[in-house]
Amino acid sequence: MNEKLLTVSLSPHTYNGNSVKSIMHGVIIALMPALVVSIFSFGMDAARVILLAVVSAVLFEYLIQKFLLKVPITIADGSAIITGVLLAFNVPSSLPGWMVVLGSFVAIAIAKMSFGGLGNNPFNPALVGRVFLMVSFPVSMTTWPKPSWSNFAHIDGTTAATPLAIIKEGLKNNQNFSEIISEVPSYLELFLGKMGGSLGEISALALIIGGLYMLYKKIITWHIPVCMLGTIAVFAGVLWLVNPQSYPDPVFQLLTGGVMLGAIFMATDMVTSPMTVKGMIIFGVGIGILTVVIRIWGAYPEGVSFAILIMNAFVPLINRYCKPGRFGE
Amino acid sequence: MINKTKTFPLGGVHPPDNKLSADQAIKELPLPKTVSIPVSQHIGAPASPIVKVGDEVKTGQLIAAGQGFISANIHSSVTGKVTKIDDIMDHTGYKRQAIVIEAAEDVWMDDVDTSSEIKSEISLSPEDIINKTHESGIVGLGGAMFPSCVKLKIPEGKKAEFLLINGVECEPYLTSDHRLMLEKGEEILIGTKIMLKALNIDKAMIGIEDNKSDAIQHLTDLANKYSGIEIFPLKVQYPQGGERQLVKALTNREIAPPPKGLPIDAGCVVFNVATTFAVYEAIQKNKPLIERTVTVTGKKIPNPANFKARIGTSLTELIEAAGGLPENTGKVINGGPMMGKALASVDIPLVKGISGIITVSDEEAKRKEVIDCVRCGKCVFVCPLGLEPYLVARLAEKGNYDQAELEKITNCCECACCSYICPSNRPLLDYIRLGKTTVLQKMRERGKK
Repeated sequence: MNEKLLTVSLSPHTYNGNSVKSIMHGVIIALMPALVVSIFSFGMDAARVILLAVVSAVLFEYLIQKFLLKVPITIADGSAIITGVLLAFNVPSSLPGWMVVLGSFVAIAIAKMSFGGLGNNPFNPALVGRVFLMVSFPVSMTTWPKPSWSNFAHIDGTTAATPLAIIKEGLKNNQNFSEIISEVPSYLELFLGKMGGSLGEISALALIIGGLYMLYKKIITWHIPVCMLGTIAVFAGVLWLVNPQSYPDPVFQLLTGGVMLGAIFMATDMVTSPMTVKGMIIFGVGIGILTVVIRIWGAYPEGVSFAILIMNAFVPLINRYCKPGRFGE
Repeated sequence: MINKTKTFPLGGVHPPDNKLSADQAIKELPLPKTVSIPVSQHIGAPASPIVKVGDEVKTGQLIAAGQGFISANIHSSVTGKVTKIDDIMDHTGYKRQAIVIEAAEDVWMDDVDTSSEIKSEISLSPEDIINKTHESGIVGLGGAMFPSCVKLKIPEGKKAEFLLINGVECEPYLTSDHRLMLEKGEEILIGTKIMLKALNIDKAMIGIEDNKSDAIQHLTDLANKYSGIEIFPLKVQYPQGGERQLVKALTNREIAPPPKGLPIDAGCVVFNVATTFAVYEAIQKNKPLIERTVTVTGKKIPNPANFKARIGTSLTELIEAAGGLPENTGKVINGGPMMGKALASVDIPLVKGISGIITVSDEEAKRKEVIDCVRCGKCVFVCPLGLEPYLVARLAEKGNYDQAELEKITNCCECACCSYICPSNRPLLDYIRLGKTTVLQKMRERGKK
C-alpha cells in the first residue's frame, strides 16, 4: 500500500490564526502614538531611554534563556520589547542610562524570567522595574525635564514638576488650593500632553488612540480600563464635591500622572489581569480606589503603579472566586 | 416578512465561513458499482443483518433490523447481490460489520414513490408516523445519528411545546443543509408538519443562520402556506446550531447541562433540516433512508459540490466526483472543521451521519507549536457554556479530576471554541475531553455503589 497516510487529530481542525506573537505586535503598534509624542516632547533623550530599555530587555531575556535556563529563545514573541517600551514610558527622559538598564534587568530577570517567563509572571514586569527604580533612585525618578512644547517650567526652567506633584507640594506647604490649581496646565493641555511627567504617560490623547486600536483588534476588552477610570472619576468626584478646596476635580485626576497609561496598557496586561468579566470589573475598580487613596492620602504624589501591582497580587484570588455564569444552571 | 435576527447570549466565535459550494445545486451522484453498508449507523446497538451472502436485494429493502429501543433499521441503497458480510473500516476508523452489495440496475421496492411530485396531504396517524419513522431507519442527519423516532416519543411526565428545526449549519464549509432548504423547501415544511402532528403540537420554529439569506427568504415565503411554522434568522455566530444554543436563541429557555438536561426539559424537540426532509420522504413517499445530501469541499479541491449520494458509496467516489483528492492533502474531515472528525482513510462508506467531507492541505493539517498559557482569558470569553476552559483543561492535564468535576467539566459540549481561539495553541479541548471522559466514568462508578 503506497497510499499517503492522513493526519488523524481531534477537532477543531481550524484555528483563528491569532498567536501570542500577533497580539504582542498589536500592542507594539498601539504604543506607537505615545512613543511619537514622547520623542516629540522630550527629544533625543526620550529616544535614548526607549532604545536602551528595549535593547537591554530583549538582551537580558536572550541571555537568560540561552545561558542560564537553556530553554528555547522566545525574544521574537515581542513581549520583551513591550516590557522595554513600557518601562521607558514609566521613567523620566533624563534618567541615567545605567539606571534604565538596571530597571530592565529587574523587570526581565526578576519579575518575568524567575517566574518561568511569559505567561507565568504574577506581576507586570515593567511596573516592577519602575517601582524598583522609584524606591531606589527617588530623586532621579522624579526629576522631570520640561516637554519642548510646554510653558510650565519649574525652578530652573529646564525641569517641570508633574501636575500631581505641584498639588501635593502645594498642599504640604499649606498653599491656598485655587492658587495651586492656577499653576497647573489646562485640561486641554493635559489631554494633549503638555505637562511634565514620565516619557509615555503625558498624552492622554495618544494613549487613548492606542487603546482604541487594541479594542478594535480585540487585544483588550473595555472592562478593565473603563472600570478603573470610572472608579477614579467617581471616587475623586465624591471627594471633590465634598470639599473642592482641598481635593482636585475628577477630570484632573484622570488626565494626570500614569492613569491613562496604567489603565490602557499596564492594567490590561493579559498575563497579570483576571480572566473573567466579573474578575476584570473587580480588578479595575480595585485599582481605581487604590490609585485615589495613594494619591490623596499616601506619601507619593502618584499611585497608579502601586495600585496595579497590589491588584496583580489579588488576581489568583479573583480568578478563584469570580466564575463566569454557567449556562443552564 | 422576515423575523428579527436572534442569537444565543454567551460566548461563541466567528470562523471564516468558507462556504465554497454554496452556489452548487445538489447533483445526483452516478450509482456506485458496489456499496458497503455498515450495520451501525446510529447511536445504540448495531442492527442485525437479515440477509445472507448471495441474496438478491432491491433498493429500499430492509437488510438489517434495529436491535432494541435506541437502534435503527438499515436498508439496501442499491439493487443487487449481497457479496460479503464482513468487518470493514468505517467512518470511526474501526473495523465493524458491513453488508457489501454489488449493484445492478436500480429497482426500487414496489411501494416506494420515486416520482418528484410533492405530496402535502398527511394521512398517517401520529402513532403510524412514529412507527414509520422507526421502520424507515431515520436517524439525526446532522451528525449525531440519534434515532429520530425516539425523539418523537415524548417520555412520561414531559411535555413538548415547540418543534425546532435546525437549519443553522454554523460549521464553516458545509452547505448541504443550505442547498436542501433552497431546493427542497416545500418538502422540509411538510416534514415539519408531519412531526408537529406526531408530537401533537402546533408550533414549529426553523432557525437559519443569517449568511443564508436566500434560504431564509425562500422558506419564509413558503411558510405562509403552512400554519404554525415560523422562520427565524439567527446571527452568524458559531456554535449557533448547537442544541443548547438553538433552544436558547429561539425560545430563550436554557437546558441544564448534560447528562441531566435534554431539549424536552425545555419543552423542545429539535431536528435537523436534512432529517426533516428524510421524514417527509419516509412518510409521504414510503422511502426509507438510503440516500442523503453531502457536501464535498476543501480549499484545494477542484470542484466543491453538493451531492445526493446513496448510503454505502465509497467516499473515494464522492471525492473523485468533486475533481479528486488534491495533491498535498494532509487531512480529510467528516463534518465541519470545528466539530468534525478526521478520517483515517477515504476508502470508507458514506453513512447516514456524514453531512460533509472536507479536504485539508498538509500545512493546515498540522498543529502549531504549543506555548505556555498567557492567561489572556479568551477561552473564557468564547465558551458558550460559561466554563473556564484554561482551568478545566489544566485540572485534567494534572489529573485533578475531582476539582475538574467541581468546575463542571462535564458541561462541556466540545464545540471547540476554546481551542480555536487560543493564541498559545494549547490543546485545551483534548485535555477537556480526557478529563470529561474520566469524570463521567467516575460518576458512573459512584452511581453503581
